[in-house]
Amino acid sequence: MAGSAPLQWRIIVGTKEDGATGVARSQQEPEMLVYIIRRLMQAALVMVVMSAVVFAGIYVIGDPVAMMISPDASEVEREAVRVTLGLDQPTWRQYLTFVGDALHGDFGKSFLAGQPAMGLIFERMPATMELAVASLILSLLIGLPMGVYAGLRPHAPGSKAIMTGSILGFSLPNFWVGLMLIMVFAVLLPDLIPWWPRLPASGRGTTVNLLGVPVSFLTADGLLHLILPALTLAFYKGALIVRLARATAREVLPMDYIKFARAKGLSENRIVGVHVLKNIMIPIATVSGLEFGQTVAFAVVTETVFSWPGMGKLLIDSILLLDRPVVVAYLVVIVFFFVILNLVVDLLYSVLDPRVRLESRAT
Amino acid sequence: MTSFKKMVAVLAAAIAFTAAAASAQELKIGLKTEPSSLDPQYHALTPNLQVAFYMFDTLVKQNESLKPMPGLALSWKPISDLVWEFKLRPGVKFHDGSDFTAEDVVFTYERVGKVPNSPGLYTIYTRQMDKFEIVDPLTLRIHTNTPAPLLPLDVAALPILSKKAASGPAPEGKTSAELNAGNGLIGTGPFKFVSWQRGNSLVLERNDAYWDGKAPWAKVILRPLSNNTARVAALLSGDVDLIEDPPTTDLAKLKSDPKITLARAVSNRLIYIHLDQHGDPPIGIPDTNGKNPLMDRKVREALSIAIDRKGIVDKIMEGVALPAGDFLPYPMGGTRKDTPIDPYDPARAKKLLAEAGYPNGFSITLGAPNGRYINDLKVAQAVAAMWSRIGVKTEVDAVAPPVFFKNRDSFKYSAYLAGWGSSTGEVSNALKSLVATPDKLKGMGTTNSARYSNPAMDAKLEEALRTVDDAKREALIAEASQIVMADHGLLPLHFEVSVWAMRKGLIYEGRADQITIAQNVKPVK
Repeated sequence: MAGSAPLQWRIIVGTKEDGATGVARSQQEPEMLVYIIRRLMQAALVMVVMSAVVFAGIYVIGDPVAMMISPDASEVEREAVRVTLGLDQPTWRQYLTFVGDALHGDFGKSFLAGQPAMGLIFERMPATMELAVASLILSLLIGLPMGVYAGLRPHAPGSKAIMTGSILGFSLPNFWVGLMLIMVFAVLLPDLIPWWPRLPASGRGTTVNLLGVPVSFLTADGLLHLILPALTLAFYKGALIVRLARATAREVLPMDYIKFARAKGLSENRIVGVHVLKNIMIPIATVSGLEFGQTVAFAVVTETVFSWPGMGKLLIDSILLLDRPVVVAYLVVIVFFFVILNLVVDLLYSVLDPRVRLESRAT
Repeated sequence: MTSFKKMVAVLAAAIAFTAAAASAQELKIGLKTEPSSLDPQYHALTPNLQVAFYMFDTLVKQNESLKPMPGLALSWKPISDLVWEFKLRPGVKFHDGSDFTAEDVVFTYERVGKVPNSPGLYTIYTRQMDKFEIVDPLTLRIHTNTPAPLLPLDVAALPILSKKAASGPAPEGKTSAELNAGNGLIGTGPFKFVSWQRGNSLVLERNDAYWDGKAPWAKVILRPLSNNTARVAALLSGDVDLIEDPPTTDLAKLKSDPKITLARAVSNRLIYIHLDQHGDPPIGIPDTNGKNPLMDRKVREALSIAIDRKGIVDKIMEGVALPAGDFLPYPMGGTRKDTPIDPYDPARAKKLLAEAGYPNGFSITLGAPNGRYINDLKVAQAVAAMWSRIGVKTEVDAVAPPVFFKNRDSFKYSAYLAGWGSSTGEVSNALKSLVATPDKLKGMGTTNSARYSNPAMDAKLEEALRTVDDAKREALIAEASQIVMADHGLLPLHFEVSVWAMRKGLIYEGRADQITIAQNVKPVK
């Protein structure tokens, strides 16, 4: 099955990193600090290489001015714009200027909007975060119970249906799922059944400020707008979690401690709810964390289908117009975000794994 | 099951609540392209001008077929070859209640060149303006550095800011960032600014004191829905009331939907093929022994009549195009009523090729953007098939728009398919950019990457651009464009037809410049 290959890979990657943390944790604290610093330095290196590649790439693709200026403009006016945007300089000098400014925290202004690129990205970030969190919660709410059920009763017809369904979740392309959800819940059902509520198919609903950040999940209108895009994203992720939960539950069930719990006469609810669930949470947390990062960074397709005003939409619009400062700033943010996320996942893992805790207590 | 029904009921109640909040006087429009800024002098491009026209007025307006109409100016006339006089409309008030006068116009026009970081300055419309003379508060004279017969059309792209509201410490007064936040965004237009969330919505409310009558909508919400499918879905689900430019593949379905109405208008956008005519050796034609066959008028004519324009319009454009034989559709300025369209005649095309010395044809590459114009790739493929049928073996090189522009501007194509929208609504605009002999200093032939050159045409065009008398100028322009057409200097394919789709109960008279204007969207009585 083609779909399971990346899954396997991700778990292996996860375990490796987790192992590294385990070692760091079990030794002295300074090593932990060294480990974090090493991670951050790697990130800095990635950022430098990545920004150089993007600079060169966009230079090769074409001229941003040709994409943005009115076709009526004469060569003199085009040249004036090139000078304003600094595009008249050789690429290497543009790059050095960028690096110099970036060290001072200035990532340049968007060619198109004329506003600081970082500002544009942070303006869009709450929308994407909100969508990613909503889809994560949905995928856990749907995927975890289904997966555990399928793990406990692998031969029940219900389990087989769940597993077959999860293959669909994997293999159906995101944009198709989104469009189908729109057709069914925003167009067809409300047309056919008079009492069926019509779900909004595009955009973000009314927002309110929470600690200065505009969020939409606190208003009824905002929640309604969130449903379909979050479901679309949760479709793939939920399927991933179903398969993961099933596989790990199957692994945990024959373990001695489960047998022991059964022998003690604990109720099935307690065995599943505490002993099984606790143990399968480790890989689930790892994969959810990494998947969360994927969603935040690359929810491009879903955001486009639902016209969701998030960072992914900004990225795709900027790439199409060769708006280089925004593309570079976006990737810098994402690299940084992934580094932090991986660190958090590692730390979370050590919290969830009691063996790590015991070891560190022993030292 | 009951809890599910309960949930649905709660949802329904929530939706009913939000729906009740939206009044019947609200119009939601799905835009194809979002403006890059609300500063009406930041970026000279249609999506920006479109939203500027909601909040601001221009001295001269353009009607549906782009003819100049009185706006903030009641009348205008040339006093001499170098001076235009505009009589301004009395009694017009800005949104903040202050009076509109010639001072505001001068402030606005002088601000144009000072806006920093612009990816496309509005100076393309002010470059002929030399100095301004305020005769009295309602009379303005604009002195030009050269005869500027098209000045009234230039000012139609310059929305007027309020001097009082848009002044500030920066050289340009209020900065683009301030205007984007609504600070100083005071115009005389039919709608007032309420809020803008980039990427999500621009909310406007009606200006009840508008000089040209109240708009039928108390509130207008413009939403950027750049993805074609998402835009159609938003209309079908009732998220928006009207959308721009539904994709051609969905037109049949929308047409048969009883809840949807369509509006159409022939646009000012010509889709054309340009043939490299810079001389020998040819670009990308390997089998003619270094001779450029495209220099021969007969070959160009053969390539033109080998194209079945009607077939392309019917089969590929699904009827939303009009076969073209000129730079603009009749009756726009400089066009003729009886412009012939090159007839489809492959047999004669073959004969012409043989007469020109290419009985076995030759090989050629046709460059095209993929995703810039409606069905651009499919049209290029169809043309390639038609050319191959008369023996000109054609390969299509379709690439992403930025790559296409780069290739085109560095003369990589022996032939390319592109589009041109004449914003002025008259032919001189297209002649100047597409077929005039390239001259950087004069700003001529800026998009003539085929390097077509005909001194007779250049002379006629330059004379026209000096002629202030409307009738005389249009006659000269028509003659110039006929020279190009007789030369087959450029092969016009079709004019795109702009389409709007809206919920039943609305009417909109489409515009040639593909702009959506909310006060012209009317509920059916």
